Amino acid sequence: MSKWANRVAVTLLWICGLLTVGALAAVIVYVFIRGVGQLNLDFILSAPRGVNAEGGIGPTIVATIYVTGLAMLIVTPIAVLAAVYLAEYAVQGKLVTVIRFAADTLSSVPSIVMGLFGFAFFVEAMDLGFSVLSGALALSFLMLPIVMRTTEEAIRAVPRYIRWGSYGLGASKWQTVSKIVLPSAMPRILTGLILAMGRAVGETAVVIFTMGQAINLPISPLDSGRSMTVHLYTLAMEGINMDAAYGTALLLMIMVLLFNLSARWLARRKGRFEE
Amino acid sequence: MTTESAFGGVPEASTVAGTPKFTVRSLDFYYGDFHALTGINIDVKDNAVTAFIGPSGCGKSTFLRCLNRMNDLIPGARVEGTITLDGADVYGAGVDPVDLRRRVGMIFQQPNPFPMSIYDNVAFGPRLHGIKKKSELDTIVEQALVRANLWKEVRDIMERGGLTLSGGQQQRLCIARVLAVQPDVLLMDEPCSAIDPTSVQKVEDLMAELKSSVTIIIVTHNMQQAARVSDETAFFLQEKQGTPAELIEFGRTAELFTSPRDRRTEDYITGRFG
Amino acid sequence: MTNKQEHGGSGLAQETGELKMMSRATYFREALLRNIFMLCAIVAVAAVALIFVFVGVRGWPVVDDPGIVAFLTGTEWSSTYGEFGILPLVSGTLVVTLGALLLGAPLAIGTAVFLSEIASPRMRSIVRPAVEMLAGVPSVVFGFFGLVIIRPVVADLTGSMGFGPLTAALILAVMIVPTIATLTEDALRSVAPGIRHASYAMGATTWQTIYKVLIPAAKIGIIDATILGMGRAIGETMAVVMVAGNAPQFFSGLGEPVATLTSQIVIDMSYASGTHRTALFGLAVILFLISMGLVGLVRSLARLERRS
Repeated sequence: MSKWANRVAVTLLWICGLLTVGALAAVIVYVFIRGVGQLNLDFILSAPRGVNAEGGIGPTIVATIYVTGLAMLIVTPIAVLAAVYLAEYAVQGKLVTVIRFAADTLSSVPSIVMGLFGFAFFVEAMDLGFSVLSGALALSFLMLPIVMRTTEEAIRAVPRYIRWGSYGLGASKWQTVSKIVLPSAMPRILTGLILAMGRAVGETAVVIFTMGQAINLPISPLDSGRSMTVHLYTLAMEGINMDAAYGTALLLMIMVLLFNLSARWLARRKGRFEE
Repeated sequence: MTTESAFGGVPEASTVAGTPKFTVRSLDFYYGDFHALTGINIDVKDNAVTAFIGPSGCGKSTFLRCLNRMNDLIPGARVEGTITLDGADVYGAGVDPVDLRRRVGMIFQQPNPFPMSIYDNVAFGPRLHGIKKKSELDTIVEQALVRANLWKEVRDIMERGGLTLSGGQQQRLCIARVLAVQPDVLLMDEPCSAIDPTSVQKVEDLMAELKSSVTIIIVTHNMQQAARVSDETAFFLQEKQGTPAELIEFGRTAELFTSPRDRRTEDYITGRFG
Repeated sequence: MTNKQEHGGSGLAQETGELKMMSRATYFREALLRNIFMLCAIVAVAAVALIFVFVGVRGWPVVDDPGIVAFLTGTEWSSTYGEFGILPLVSGTLVVTLGALLLGAPLAIGTAVFLSEIASPRMRSIVRPAVEMLAGVPSVVFGFFGLVIIRPVVADLTGSMGFGPLTAALILAVMIVPTIATLTEDALRSVAPGIRHASYAMGATTWQTIYKVLIPAAKIGIIDATILGMGRAIGETMAVVMVAGNAPQFFSGLGEPVATLTSQIVIDMSYASGTHRTALFGLAVILFLISMGLVGLVRSLARLERRS
């Protein structure tokens, strides 16, 4: 009896595993098949024309890269230094508890709430309007707890005795952290950053309320723009130009996959001076 | 030789050439609530090798770490009593522990070269202290590697990663690294327990050469090694689980091993426990 | 009587008897650095406070108009009539989330168990990356996929347009699988291997070991994973907007449009003003409170586990 139950159960579990892979494959394959026909230089470089958004999605690609890049520029120093504090300087106590609780809470905020906050605070209160800057600031709030966590883990992964070797030579704490600990942790920190970037690229609810929906090519950070995700959303909801939607979806997937794969590759690489 | 044992009293008069480098009086050490060491009194001689022996876990390494204030890095660590280095209180107000650790270098049980080139490993310390000129660094690095008995083996591969060396070579690299900052004292915490016998030999050889310019304290669980390399030996013991460790006996190595004064020392040396 | 090796010009040789005092410059520099890093860490706290304040302040007027009771218990959400009761939205969220959990949690837990106990290293090297990559797919792409593939199927199944809880739940289920599966796998992996060996040594089959030994042992971790998956489903917006139909009405059929707390915000925000807009911020406050509550729940469970 138990043998039979075992067979059934194991089969079901296999099905689970395969279904999950299947779901991913389905999305990738389908988007690829329907979208690959759209991918040509014109699509990538030119702007949408006319009511039906014929043409390309160039400005949206620029907007996505612009807002994501700016967000990472803003969040990385703060998050990394915050992680340094938590991993190297902080002593267990009220302050650390509060900080950790805040980071947990921040990471649980639904992106729609973050989007509304970004609208209320950056777009209206700080009068930045719909802009790349508003979007980047809102995104950096979203990214902060993620990067803090991955960076802290990366720092803690550096073995204690390496630090002690540095202290034993008469290095100060900051010298040890900056010359030994952070360089050792760098591959892992970078992996975390790349994964955060992938997440930011896929964000919609935050950018739609902060960077806006206008299709223009953002040049200055105060220009508004439409990200690829918002463009896909708009096209899908309008239902008029599904071809462009597929093309956008495919490009989006390619970008995300690139981030994912480079993070993976980086995680496997060993440091130059390790065996 | 009838002198009082170092336990709970005045340490025996110096019979080894050299003035006291470290003077420790009534040292008690706590990790938070845990009382790890009690009543340590000892004078460690300059230009000599002193060995700390005793069963594992009895606080030898903890005491070693008190001497260069590495225990400061452990939260909850507390020191009572005095330790002086060349007459100055190591735990005095305002003393810079960072500079203390430059003067009192430490070698750990597990070789821990930095993930950088051999050259950069040894140059790390001098660079920290502001030495930037390549020619100066080259000289310092070479000298340190020579003193650490490693120069001949690595002179042609200085750009290779420190971690590509064998265990024994890595440990000597760590020694060179410390020597590069010109310490007065070298604290060695079981430096040979994780490396191959040939390298052990080389490390013991370099200890003999270094002691004329550097005070060396070595923690070791290998009594033969202690007998081979040290001029004086201190025996530590934690009588019972949960009680603090004490310094039981301290004296010239030859005498401690052939005619120990304390019963417990004799038991340990003859292998009745530990 | 020390023979010290002097090193001309290096400045390293030290006179005996002198212990260098920490210079004021060093002390201040170290303290300054420490404080800078601490400030960076406090940014997280400031961020949470800002969000709370700004969203809260913008949503607060809801207490007066339409009034906190009417808001929380009203059964109509209609901008044309100025009625802003959240119950239809709450029911939408509940139905969609429950559906997603019912479909997605078993799949996720099954996948995690598969990865942890059954898969060969080669299978693992395929399935585990697949789970990670699934986590990276943007929600709009999932929504898009739901729109073009799932909706027509559901439409055929239910004889409706296909925009509704079923489609939404299906898509959300796939979206929460990575969250639940990764955490469940972690929980399973942290169960001591000795426990498995003991079970197998007694002649238990794989399934018996999983069912009677491993899952109970990893129970808290699995519950945590599910709660976090639920949080993800509750907070999901774009995918839901694209497939749920966006009609703020109570559940009336698997293929009949509904709206959730999240989707309503996106739909209305573009034209909302005045009371309507305040009500939307009120929704945001509720969502914020829900997610904080879930975090608190997970933390208390973790504390419970630590105590046992």
